[in-house]
Amino acid sequence: MTAAPEIGSARLRSEDARLITGQTNWTDNIQLPGLLHVAFLRSPVAHGRITRIDAEPARGRPGVIAVFTGADFADEQGSLPTAWQVTEDMVLPDHPPVAVEEVRYVGEPVAVVVARDRYLAADALEAIDVDYETLPPVLDMDEAIKEGADLVHADKGTNKSYEWVFAAGDIDAAFRDAPVVIERRYVQQRLIPAAMEPRAVVCSVVGDEYTLWSSTQIPHVLRLMLATVTGIPEHRLRVIAPDVGGGFGSKLQVYGEEVACLLLAKRLGRPVKWTESRSEGNASVHHGRDQIQRLSLAAEADGRIRGLKVDLLADMGAYLMLITPGIPLLGAFMFNGIYKMDAYHFTCSGIFTNKTPTDAYRGAGRPEATFAIERLMDELASELSLDPLEVRRRNWITHEEFPYDTIAGLTYDSGNYEAATEKAHRLFEYDKLRAEQADRRERGDPVQLGIGISTFTEMCGLAPSRVLGSLAFGAGGWEHASVRMLPSGKVEVVTGSSAHGQGHETAWAQIAADRLGVPFEDVRVLHGDTSISPKGMDTYGSRSLAVGGVALYNACEKVIDKARRMAAHMLEADEQDIEFANGTFSVRGVPDQVRTVQEVSLATFLAHDLPEGFEPSLDSDATHDPANFSFPHGTHLCAAEVDTETGFVKLRSYVAVDDIGKVVNPLIVEGQVHGGLAQGIAQALYEEAVYDADGNLTTTTMADYLLPAATDLPTFTTDRTETPATTNPLGVKGVGEAGTIASTPAVVNAIVDALRPYGVADVPMPCTPERVWRACRAGGAQEAGRAGGPEHSPRPGAGGGLGSAGGEA
Amino acid sequence: MPRVSVEVDGVKYDDDVEPRLLLAHYLRDRLGKVGTPIGCDTSNCGACTVLLDGMSVKSCSVLAVQADGKDVTTIEGLGDGQTLHPLQRAFHEEHALQCGYCTPGMIIAALDLIRENADPSDEEIREGLEGNLCRCTGYQNIVRAVRRAADDMRGPADTTSAPEEATR
Repeated sequence: MTAAPEIGSARLRSEDARLITGQTNWTDNIQLPGLLHVAFLRSPVAHGRITRIDAEPARGRPGVIAVFTGADFADEQGSLPTAWQVTEDMVLPDHPPVAVEEVRYVGEPVAVVVARDRYLAADALEAIDVDYETLPPVLDMDEAIKEGADLVHADKGTNKSYEWVFAAGDIDAAFRDAPVVIERRYVQQRLIPAAMEPRAVVCSVVGDEYTLWSSTQIPHVLRLMLATVTGIPEHRLRVIAPDVGGGFGSKLQVYGEEVACLLLAKRLGRPVKWTESRSEGNASVHHGRDQIQRLSLAAEADGRIRGLKVDLLADMGAYLMLITPGIPLLGAFMFNGIYKMDAYHFTCSGIFTNKTPTDAYRGAGRPEATFAIERLMDELASELSLDPLEVRRRNWITHEEFPYDTIAGLTYDSGNYEAATEKAHRLFEYDKLRAEQADRRERGDPVQLGIGISTFTEMCGLAPSRVLGSLAFGAGGWEHASVRMLPSGKVEVVTGSSAHGQGHETAWAQIAADRLGVPFEDVRVLHGDTSISPKGMDTYGSRSLAVGGVALYNACEKVIDKARRMAAHMLEADEQDIEFANGTFSVRGVPDQVRTVQEVSLATFLAHDLPEGFEPSLDSDATHDPANFSFPHGTHLCAAEVDTETGFVKLRSYVAVDDIGKVVNPLIVEGQVHGGLAQGIAQALYEEAVYDADGNLTTTTMADYLLPAATDLPTFTTDRTETPATTNPLGVKGVGEAGTIASTPAVVNAIVDALRPYGVADVPMPCTPERVWRACRAGGAQEAGRAGGPEHSPRPGAGGGLGSAGGEA
Repeated sequence: MPRVSVEVDGVKYDDDVEPRLLLAHYLRDRLGKVGTPIGCDTSNCGACTVLLDGMSVKSCSVLAVQADGKDVTTIEGLGDGQTLHPLQRAFHEEHALQCGYCTPGMIIAALDLIRENADPSDEEIREGLEGNLCRCTGYQNIVRAVRRAADDMRGPADTTSAPEEATR
């Protein structure tokens, strides 16, 4: 009896059962006896000194239990942590969870109300009277680094947090007498992650035992960090991430609201709950991207790249949060993409502004890098009048060259860019679309067709601990898993990965079922609670399968190793002669002499008759520290119809061929790619967090910040090639961020490609109809200047969310 | 305080409510019907969509008092407790959800869409669900699921038959 292999099977997800019936356990669903509700008063000014707070009127409001200001918390709230000291002299300002003396972005908490219900708490906010002495806001990175600029943190004397440099090869030689030099300036606009579930926190205290539920991606990291910040001993604090409604990096954070709820429960001795509204979340959940990129690429006349220079300004926002300063550096090793070159120079300056802090958002540093290199490859092709695919072919690492040491110091273990590109080329009907493009150009069709290419790779599966150590990251990159063999033959898997929509409960059960040879239905996956899953580094950076899944694989191998010895004892055979397949131990050459893994598990539980010195348990755990990152890659092709009269962009087709190595569940993989594409396309076409001249975020609602709806996205064609990762036994690579990383440049390349005959060399993101329309009209000037787009990003223009139209003055 | 009489998923409730209480909060905080989540405060996301006398509404934009005398169906009222509603089944089988936060509203909105148009095209489904945002799926599998459910619900066959193979 041989069951179909579980790994690779398109299992429907186990977690769906509760999600489609409304039985989900969101944090805001939690009710506890005596639960109080929390609301935060937030700064309405981008930069100001708090000169007076009168909370007394609020304290007298009906149903109000307590009101605290930052000053009330000052002695015990500590400073929110930053786990990544990217340079020795990095400027790291204090970051009180609730502002005490100064506010530095609109939305920063300044006081907190606790009341009997959420309406009464919200009412009382209006009764808190705060006087601000406004200070000049710092909103523009180029201005922020000028001599004499206004300062976000006056005591630090600078708006620059750090400058980080990486150099390899002789960059001057690469640019000296280079036949082709392409110089461009691209802006990665600021994005709002906007997970569908707003943040929520519940905290209870019983004696000196604290339990904190939070809509977080990182229960384990959060526990350690909250213990460090508040002084509550780590072993007295239990953190639970119940069902979490998406994260995309935004819940990879230690938020001031989490600290405040813990302190409130401690002070009041009663459970508290805080659930944010979308409007406060848009202003106070960390944002993503926000870089100004200055890029120079030197190439030979035949298109082969000589060298690449990257100079970044990265907006940190007002404070450094958990890994804020490191995010752009995750891109530092990716600007070279899949290409060979002799020299590379990277500089990044982290800049403070009076805006919401930035941190990880799906892709985190790699989308920005991939955008830059993939846009540059199209610009190089245009400069040399080559097909953009041909330029890529002349530069990419060929499949025979793996493992390949890149100019950025990484070793790509495996890949086959030719195969993915060939497949995408065919599915896309590339030549046919090029012919149609030529025809439309010929006819002067007002609706032009553009073809956008992105042959991307990325580094994920964060991460080898030694690499993180060398980058001064404040933690390791391992992951933990344990397998519990229950006496009835069922299996519990405990993982340190913390799913928030990915489907780990299904995929992890597939891995365990496959390795242990037990039915899929007999495996239960436990996660997201530090009391149940005591060790973990949680979920981000497309790490769960490539690190946590491999930890589970290793734990299963340990179970089988133990069981093999027990089976040998039961079968009265030598351990060397025991074979294991499909959940059954047998003696080599004696096929009818068998014991199932369940039988071995029960016999071990009974422990009546064990091998000499055998510990009566098959349970095993494993902590896996990856030897390398994983390097998914792929070829994405986008066809865009661009209406030159209205500026409207319609994506006609989108082909994504991804190579993520071996696949555990193709259904889940397809879903991850679809969702990733949606977010990457959204950066290209729709989304931007916009601030006005006073530093007010004008895109606080979902009317103002344009998340794509079903009508805004095309039907995707997805396919895969499969080049197994060589650095883990499952052969898997990450998939969570690939679609987002690949798709943004594919879309913008398509738009620019459509408009090349109009002299357009760039359209700033998001490519709203107004911006596309303006680019068409200004195209000639753009071409003449060879600047690759306007020096300063123009206002976002109509066509983004409502908030973008009234943005910059 | 005004008194409301509402039937929710087949159960009758009589409650005194503040005039300003939103239906979404009444369902969640007063009745414990937490299957309906709230995703925004401007009626854009649709996560809180329920049926009010058979028509879809965003329960964050309806006052509890406006539901007086009316019948509310939430995600918890679909299916019969034993078998899934065809939409629930199709969302599961087409992998039309990831984090699942938008799913209750998406399913209820799709139910209203199919009520109005029993055989919607992909484009009509996309337009019909424009008021419901999903951040995980890119919508493609949602469209597929709604089309499949519409087929199932139209079909002469018993729509509550056993689910297909667990894998495909």
